[in-house]
Amino acid sequence: MSATSMPPKAAGKLGPTVSAQQSEQLRKAARRRGAVGSTGFHIFALAVLVVILYPAVWMLTSTFKPSNQIVGNVSLIPSDFTLANYATALEGIGGVSFWTFVSNSLILAVASVVGVLISCSLAAYAFARVEFPGRNVFFACMIGTMLLPFHVVVIPQYIVFNNLGMVNTYWPLLIGKFLAADAFFVFLMIQFMRGLPNELDEAARIDGAGHARIFGSIILPLMQPALITSAIFAFIWSWNDFFGPLLYLKNPSMYTMPIALRAYVDQTTTSDYGAQMAMAMLALLPVMLFFFAFQRHLVGGVATQGLKG
Amino acid sequence: MAAPAIPLDSDRLRSIKRKKAHGARVGYAFLSPWLIGFFVLTAGPMIASLYLSFTDYDLFNAPNFTGIENYTRLFSDPNFLKACQVTLYYVVVGTPIKLISALAVAMLLNAGRRGMGFYRSAYYLPSLIGGSVSIAIVWKAMFIDNGIVARVVESLGGPAASAGGWVGDPNRTMPMLILLTVWQFGAPMVIFLAGLKQVPVELYEAAEVDGAGPVRKFLKITIPMLSPVIFFNLLLETIHAFQIFNSAFIISNGTGGPARSTLFYTLYLYFRGFRDFQMGYASAMAWVLVLVVGLVTLVMFRTSNAWVHYSGGNK
Repeated sequence: MSATSMPPKAAGKLGPTVSAQQSEQLRKAARRRGAVGSTGFHIFALAVLVVILYPAVWMLTSTFKPSNQIVGNVSLIPSDFTLANYATALEGIGGVSFWTFVSNSLILAVASVVGVLISCSLAAYAFARVEFPGRNVFFACMIGTMLLPFHVVVIPQYIVFNNLGMVNTYWPLLIGKFLAADAFFVFLMIQFMRGLPNELDEAARIDGAGHARIFGSIILPLMQPALITSAIFAFIWSWNDFFGPLLYLKNPSMYTMPIALRAYVDQTTTSDYGAQMAMAMLALLPVMLFFFAFQRHLVGGVATQGLKG
Repeated sequence: MAAPAIPLDSDRLRSIKRKKAHGARVGYAFLSPWLIGFFVLTAGPMIASLYLSFTDYDLFNAPNFTGIENYTRLFSDPNFLKACQVTLYYVVVGTPIKLISALAVAMLLNAGRRGMGFYRSAYYLPSLIGGSVSIAIVWKAMFIDNGIVARVVESLGGPAASAGGWVGDPNRTMPMLILLTVWQFGAPMVIFLAGLKQVPVELYEAAEVDGAGPVRKFLKITIPMLSPVIFFNLLLETIHAFQIFNSAFIISNGTGGPARSTLFYTLYLYFRGFRDFQMGYASAMAWVLVLVVGLVTLVMFRTSNAWVHYSGGNK
């Protein structure tokens, strides 16, 4: 840790060579250049934007094109606007209603959010605010689980859940959420709690509050931003999860959206691209809504914690 | 904390001891969900899969101990070797392209013009949706024969796509999947941007006064000051890349084809474990993956002293 506490080496060497006046001149020059470069910046940024968003917009507008006009159609404007694809997609698969998949996904996602918020905030409080023997060892273990490929635990987990008769139930997909298995959220909350002043706890302790009180009445309300970020990511990850449902959900009436989508693509093979696109779009809709509503929280969460999408 | 000035009498000592015991009880109480999860869902299963990797367990019959047979079989299994090759290619080629794109765009956005927040959010969107089944389906539709990618390539004078398009051409499935991961450069870009914000402007000003050009400033200031963030992104993206599953599974229709060109490590593990129910063999594969990822992590941390600079304060 000695390296981290050293003063900025480069700054120490270079800092004193710039006077305030020089600095001001340089900033002025940069601003003057900025007016010219601004157009160039926006042209480049917009070009990147077009390339980045093209697939997403193509997907969206393809859902309004007739099925035989999607593949190979570069245009983003449907020449024959239709809602038929959505009508087909909403018919569901093999007798199971589309809304069943939606409600299955919703149940799992909401339950995941509840589990993550409860279990991860408790664990984070223990790591950030309570001193107990073994804390550092367990903290290292928790960091380790963030880097561990989950494939090494998935086989024994499957065997156990299979023996308990839990395949084809939501238990295997939810138990981990209530046991703080997503270490990323614990880590995010620890980082946030460390930013809260310790004096708050101390003042409360002098007033006779125990840890439960401090956690419930002081820390939890203050860490609302971290809870919101965790909740959004927990929802989206659960909603998009493919591997878990692929392993554990065998009965079509239990399917979540991603699994239903895959079954749908399998079933229709190459014939009905329109319905495929419409269903893919509907499966992404909640994620998109979350993105537009909470983009600040999402991007902020990534910036500070390195959470992946 | 300084040492206590007054000697501890037995009463205070007892009270401190009591406090410590109390802290331990409270700590473990708060930690209990995680602790149970850690032992039941992670540590226990890890030991179990290590044991299973030395057996021929198939989910239906009791496991027989077979020693290191699974491991020796792995390295003479052409599918396993192919899976290693495919995955390594994806990691070694895809990750640097993704990170370089992320850094380049982050530096552009860090110029701090108006609208930067908008671009940042918009560029981030693919990271949020890119791993989903929906996007894999869209990607497939874009890259099949007569798909829009084939059209564009042809109209630019490129070679005509063979039957099946990129999806059906073993030589083009990998570029297609690497494009999909590069498309999701937004998440590391956001992290780079946060890092770039921390670099003091004075450093660049001082360098300019000393006559440094943009290349020199990039190499001597940006890269060293950003190295902890580069390290973080490299580690995380590499570990993620080793575990690619969804897009390959959907695009190859759950086959790893054509010609095993998308037979990624996790895909093959899934086939062995959950299609053929060779749980022992799949466990051995999982442990090889853990060892490889662990080794890569270790090497990165060991070599990081040479190129990662931590300056002032905590990261």
